[in-house]
Amino acid sequence: MLYGYFAILVYILIALGFAGFVILASHVVGQRKSTATKLSPYECGMPTIGPTLRRLPIRYYIIAMLFLVFDIEIVFIYPWAVIYRSFKGFGFFILGEMLVFVGILIIAYIYVWRKGALEWE
Amino acid sequence: MELVYFLIEVVVKSIVVFACLMLTVAYLTWAERKILGHVQVRYGPNRVGPFGLLQPFADGIKAFFKEDLIPGRADKVCFVIAPMIVIVSAISLFAVIPFGNKLVLLGREIKLVIADVDIGILYIFGLASLGEYGVVLGGWSSGNKYGLTGALRAAAMMISYEVALGLSIIGVLMISQTLRLTDIVLGQGGGFWHWNVFLQPVAFVLYMVCGLAELSRTPFDMPEAESELACGFNIEYSSMKFALFFMGEYAHMVAVCAVSVTLFLGGWQPPIPALSFIPGVVWFLIKLVALIFFCIWERGTFPRLRYDQIMYFGWKFLFPLALINLVVTAIVLAIR
Repeated sequence: MLYGYFAILVYILIALGFAGFVILASHVVGQRKSTATKLSPYECGMPTIGPTLRRLPIRYYIIAMLFLVFDIEIVFIYPWAVIYRSFKGFGFFILGEMLVFVGILIIAYIYVWRKGALEWE
Repeated sequence: MELVYFLIEVVVKSIVVFACLMLTVAYLTWAERKILGHVQVRYGPNRVGPFGLLQPFADGIKAFFKEDLIPGRADKVCFVIAPMIVIVSAISLFAVIPFGNKLVLLGREIKLVIADVDIGILYIFGLASLGEYGVVLGGWSSGNKYGLTGALRAAAMMISYEVALGLSIIGVLMISQTLRLTDIVLGQGGGFWHWNVFLQPVAFVLYMVCGLAELSRTPFDMPEAESELACGFNIEYSSMKFALFFMGEYAHMVAVCAVSVTLFLGGWQPPIPALSFIPGVVWFLIKLVALIFFCIWERGTFPRLRYDQIMYFGWKFLFPLALINLVVTAIVLAIR
């Protein structure tokens, strides 16, 4: 059943070819007269002061880490969700398992909230 | 011989879907300007062709002939790759979306979906998140303060809402017991009361709200806040590279709406079984256009939220709501 993935590959190649062709074509067709002013960063007409790649606020890193943790937990729930109804013979066992898992997730969430990681000043 | 037929089928389906998508995206730019124009009591584009219908082509030709500028402080490789990542990830989402039921042509049974893979939803979420790399790379590699700030804001907002987005569809997975999109559509057959939107109304609202945030449309268009960031992550882009970002955004919008139609609105299934003589593709398109119209309409209606409000809303309201929805769905399914 790898045929499906082959079809996806063909389709992505078409998309890639389109994107590459468009960028190449506009590079060839469009005019090019670059001056020093034109190549400088656009800041609404003001001359740029200092480096343009500055240090980033720590908030963004925290959000990225929180995303990683919570998104991975969610991916773990996916296979459980798919087989949930067919495992009903086990009674409430499979439901209880997931409630424990989600409970741990909620404890982590409350911890993050109480620590102030979700605050933006 | 079977392999040759298979190859022809794959290539033809890919090209047809790609062409239709590009045409939709082109006219979506027209439709958005036209509808927003009428929302704001003005005409919108009306000069090029009747009702401005040729406007997308005029824009395309213009973008081609504009100067293709790479700024002096830019990281050249990343700067060129970033728009390609955005458009390719947005276009390739359509590889797994079923547009209609099977079609018999020349004695061959053809499924109206490019690739009927059994991990359809995981594929969609994986590739949709890939688009964020394009946004971040584009903003970072332009060598511009506004671009960097816009890219970071966009990335932080998108990943925050992706958590709730991923949680919101788990209820649908529990009901349909599969990750394959064609099976999810088949499970919603037999009348509109079987559609997941009525079984999972909270999940549908969550999905659409988070989808709007993923698209960074109003009220979540913080990364592009014109009044403070000039244009956000694509500030230094010009010519066709800018157009690729633009098209990628609209293709992503069509994709989010198409996934929503597939998961919640019954895909190509007719609302009542008696109407099944109308081809499924027509139903799919009707639902898709309705959702896209909603996306444009709300842009004309809502103001922009402040950035901290957006983050609070995502983490402190949508995420717990999605968790509650998940637990309640599980308990109800266990009791039944």
